[in-house]
Amino acid sequence: MEGKGIPRGVPRRTLLRASAAGAAAAALPLVNVHGQTSSGKLALGLWDHWVPAGNDGMRKLVTEWGQKNRVEIQLDFITSVGNKNLLTIAAESQARQGHDMLSFPTWEVHAQAEKLEPLDDIMGRLSQKYGALNPIVEYLGKVEGKWRAVPAISGSQNKPALGRIDLLKQHAGVDIQEMFPANANAGGKAADWNWDTFLRAAEACQKAGVPFGLPAGQFTDATDWIGSLFRSFGAELVNAKGDITAKSDGVRRVLEYSQKLFAFLPNDVFSWDDASNNRALISGKSALIFNPPSAWAVAKRDAPAVSEHLWTFPAPAGAQGRFTPYLPYFWGVWSFSRNKGAAKALVEFLSERDQAAAMVAASNGYDIPPFTSMTDFDTWEKEGPPTGVVYNYPVKPHHQAQQFIACYPAPPEIAVQMYNQGIQAKMIARVVQNKEPIDRTIAWAERELEGFKRG
Amino acid sequence: MSQGTLSVPTEPAEATPRNTALKRLARRNSTTAFLLTLPLILLILGLVIYPFAYAIYLSTLNRRMTRFIGWENFTFLLGRETFWNVVFQSVLFAVSAVLLKAFIGFVLAHVLHALPSKGQRKWRGMLLVPWVIPPAISTLAWWWLFDPSYSAFNWALMGIGVDPVPWLGQAGWARFSVILVNVWYGSPFFMIMYLAALKSVPDQLYEAAAIDGASGWQKLRHVTFPMMRNVISITVLFSLIVTFANFDIVRILTNGGPQDTTHVFATYAFQVGIQSGDIPLGASVSLFMFPLLAIFAIFTLRGVNKRSKEMS
Repeated sequence: MEGKGIPRGVPRRTLLRASAAGAAAAALPLVNVHGQTSSGKLALGLWDHWVPAGNDGMRKLVTEWGQKNRVEIQLDFITSVGNKNLLTIAAESQARQGHDMLSFPTWEVHAQAEKLEPLDDIMGRLSQKYGALNPIVEYLGKVEGKWRAVPAISGSQNKPALGRIDLLKQHAGVDIQEMFPANANAGGKAADWNWDTFLRAAEACQKAGVPFGLPAGQFTDATDWIGSLFRSFGAELVNAKGDITAKSDGVRRVLEYSQKLFAFLPNDVFSWDDASNNRALISGKSALIFNPPSAWAVAKRDAPAVSEHLWTFPAPAGAQGRFTPYLPYFWGVWSFSRNKGAAKALVEFLSERDQAAAMVAASNGYDIPPFTSMTDFDTWEKEGPPTGVVYNYPVKPHHQAQQFIACYPAPPEIAVQMYNQGIQAKMIARVVQNKEPIDRTIAWAERELEGFKRG
Repeated sequence: MSQGTLSVPTEPAEATPRNTALKRLARRNSTTAFLLTLPLILLILGLVIYPFAYAIYLSTLNRRMTRFIGWENFTFLLGRETFWNVVFQSVLFAVSAVLLKAFIGFVLAHVLHALPSKGQRKWRGMLLVPWVIPPAISTLAWWWLFDPSYSAFNWALMGIGVDPVPWLGQAGWARFSVILVNVWYGSPFFMIMYLAALKSVPDQLYEAAAIDGASGWQKLRHVTFPMMRNVISITVLFSLIVTFANFDIVRILTNGGPQDTTHVFATYAFQVGIQSGDIPLGASVSLFMFPLLAIFAIFTLRGVNKRSKEMS
């Protein structure tokens, strides 16, 4: 945590000049951003970025804005390690005091909706300027027709495939650079990148001693890729109305597929956490994982020989399409904030294209803006080696993919429980580890889901 | 308000000045005692009584915390398969870990007690190390030993030609692993308590037993054990409470997995309450520990009181 008083460090003469000018300008509003007047202090609790330079980039933007608008900023970076951000949100929500603006992870906007300031005005202006948003942020950030938070750039991430160019070509005959090069055209074989090809590649890599590193525990990396796998098979456990739809051919098919796939994965993936897959890739023991570019960034620092062979590319497609795992963050303003005007002005400032580009650059391309029109920043083209390693990290039109959050489109109050309790991963574990019949596993899932529907 | 302050009767006029001064002193002492305990009372009120009462209040609310629903959270939990798994695992975890800790602590205490006093302090210090390291840190070290891909244990096993063990990936092994770490962490506490109890057993009792021709086992059964029973009961009670409420070991090692088989009350309450946004249900899960432990505490403390009365 850190606190930053912007006016500190201002030279004495400047301060005196400002005081003299301030007396004359006392009747004028100190801040005038889109007609909102604000001044005074603003306490921010922003996500502590995985990428170290990410915090510096954010601090710079916020400091500049504070100085320009003469708002004293107190900036805290709150880590998601150990769910400290969730604990902060829960504590501030109960105490009805704390920061003015916070970073809210995926499901928290719905959970805290009644205590969040509506931000429809900001979203209206941003949508007008930058066009279409992906539907997942609308699902997560809009509650009963009102935007309760603005989809954040910092911290929002995709989890596409991140694979070894050399190992996949050598052992599985899959040329990922040819399929998804670092330009806006898909290769000839991009359409063949589906779960069947994936299964064959998984088998080949397992036989070569570099199995795919796909976690299947109760951590988000597991839930996210498994959620996309289910969706691309049309395996929906709960529909948008909240009806349980687990007893379906799609669910049976995805569980049958999982039985085949998990035979080619390390047998301990059910206990992997969010770091296990990264370690498997960085240590050279695995040919493919699903992850943001943080794994590549660490490999670049610690294992350059590995990082030079890494390439980001979309998830495989299934019968229902191609779905890229996506985990957005949101910026929200508490309804009990003492400086709502300034908080809203800052949220809008941070969401604009220039600031988005700066955040993406500072995070080595990790951050994903919510607007489709912001997927063309040159950071993703230039990062390397190999140059273009993260070109396909944001979802581009030629990927023919959609961003997707596991458990969508179940109503968020049900989906959050399905997501955090890893129900899809547990279903796979039951059929793979316990060798339970698929129908019995589905019946178990139905009973669990029935409990999640409790109001 | 201090009882002493309230109950001191008015002094009769003929009381001697010395007597009055003593009573004043007594009164002052009780006031001082109350003031000295006041920080602790406030601490218990603020950090135990208030959160407990607040948890009870929360457990009576609906998911959105907008409506009073009485016992519904509890009845809902009682109908959940996963919750009963959590109850089973919590009892298995706490009871087996406490029994193992008590046994290991008992053996270690006897071994230490038998050592010459010169070298005893060194061994005592070394054996206490697991207990003085913050559990979050030592559990991380254990996690590295159990790590799915790079387990040091598996590396050693493979070195002697044994297949690697999925320490945290299969229900049985994962349960064993979390219990093992808890036993490793908690045994020194039992050891030090039992050692203190052993040192307080008068030597004359052993001498009398020896004169009566008692064997080593008979001395242990008829002298040592009865003299340690109160300490054993209190230690087991205390440890059972702490072990039932354990969070960090399970959270760090398995996060409740695989398939919820290692969840204990605290980790499940966290997952349901904080991570899944259902704070009232999380509060209800954590409150389930209370009646279980309260019943056990009542029986244990009754036994301790009974024995204390018999001995006095």
